[in-house]
Amino acid sequence: MSVSSGLVMHAADVHKRFGRQHILRGVSLDVRPRETVCIIGASGSGKTTFLRCINHLEKIDSGRIQVNGHPIGYRERRGKLVEDREKNISRQRTEIGFVFQRFNLFPHKTALGNVIEAPIHVRSVGRDQAIAEAETLLARVGLADKKDAYPGKLSGGQQQRVAIARALAMKPALMLFDEPTSALDPEVTGEVLDVMEELAHEGTTMIVVTHEMGFARRAADRVVMMDEGVIIEEGSPEHFFDSPTHERTKAFLSKIL
Amino acid sequence: MIAATPITWHVIWSRITDPDSVFAHALWATVYISVVAQILGIMLGLVAALMRMASFRPLRFLSGLYVLIFRGTPVLVQIMFFWLVLPLPNVINFGVFDMRSEFVAGILALGINEGAYMREIFRAGIDSIDRGQMEAARSLGMRYGLAMRRIVLPQAARVIVPPLGNEFNNMMKTSSLVYIIGVYELFSDAEQGYSHAIDAGYFVAVAFWYLVLTSIWSFIQALIERKLAVSEHGDEISLREKAVAIWTEGGGMVRAAWPWRARA
Repeated sequence: MSVSSGLVMHAADVHKRFGRQHILRGVSLDVRPRETVCIIGASGSGKTTFLRCINHLEKIDSGRIQVNGHPIGYRERRGKLVEDREKNISRQRTEIGFVFQRFNLFPHKTALGNVIEAPIHVRSVGRDQAIAEAETLLARVGLADKKDAYPGKLSGGQQQRVAIARALAMKPALMLFDEPTSALDPEVTGEVLDVMEELAHEGTTMIVVTHEMGFARRAADRVVMMDEGVIIEEGSPEHFFDSPTHERTKAFLSKIL
Repeated sequence: MIAATPITWHVIWSRITDPDSVFAHALWATVYISVVAQILGIMLGLVAALMRMASFRPLRFLSGLYVLIFRGTPVLVQIMFFWLVLPLPNVINFGVFDMRSEFVAGILALGINEGAYMREIFRAGIDSIDRGQMEAARSLGMRYGLAMRRIVLPQAARVIVPPLGNEFNNMMKTSSLVYIIGVYELFSDAEQGYSHAIDAGYFVAVAFWYLVLTSIWSFIQALIERKLAVSEHGDEISLREKAVAIWTEGGGMVRAAWPWRARA
């Protein structure tokens, strides 16, 4: 058994460079089942990059990331990291739901079409079953009546909720949210955060990169502060918001709260 | 003294109103060559466009070289080259049907040439789709090919289809060049008639027939683009609106078919 057994996500000493920029400088983080972890930090601190590394949308330069005990994107061969085959990477991604800042719904498909696409064509679920499950999911995010609407006809908040349903349709072990409300008008962020909070309370394992401190306080089991490519502080929301220890965390929170 | 070639009205009129069976063969050959060459061009263009985006450098290089050569040299030269260089028997058996070698060489040359243009069209179409679409598809566990086929290309089609239609319009006219290697098609038919009667009316008549072909195609193209536009908006457009749209686009159709807009 590996050291990470029992963990949904295990990241150890992850490094990532874009050219000469050293974005991630040794990030380590473990996420247990049913846990909600919020990653906060100033823009440029590497939190989105880290999230994208978890499902291998970005390649890492060194370190390791495992989801459900399986290394993501890489195989170790004679002590060196070698990129995995596309087939394996794709299969691993089915375990990981990703919700994008800009939704990235498929504009040529209806809300329902967006949700059933991957179950049918990746998981080979029967069409009728996929539709039934998708309708349940859309109802869960409060959009049962919008299933035949195309993304262009939906508000940002509605689109993001469809995107959440789309990710959930694959029944992932881990949900990743990349600033899911940053691109939304303030009046609709609430409806998206409510859905996410419900997921958190139902025990979905999630990692959420967010600037919504209220959400982090209410929904997170653990809050992680990133700064200049490393995690500088982590703890319970109470610890974090009431008695942060690191100077930079204090400075960041005082600016944002 | 220079004597102008006569144009006789009755030659034009009889070639238009009373085409013979040889003409029917020639017409069919033009349509056939154009369609097959265009399909070949579409397939090659798609492959080359995907190769261009490959992470494996030699594939990208090959794709670039392909476009450089086939867009950078005259299609007439390419037709001649394929005809002379390919060691083809007179009649080639494709299992269910036979094809004369000059047809094969002509179709290959036209199709391969077209592929170089189609690559650029596919490239523009694929590039027009936001990167987030591919990322979203991949994050759902879709493999590259599946994501391309189900998510990116259907959206890129909106951008690809209009220029593709124009390419096919060009193809029908450019296909006349294969007459140089002895393919009997519309232009050869006119040339044949001319060489017997020395009357330019044959070329006027053949221009009319090309115009008929391109006009029919423009009409079909308008229908296809209309359908794509509907799926883009995602809501139904009433039959009346469709009819109006096709009617108004019909004007564009005539303009598009106008000979001096031709590239070839």
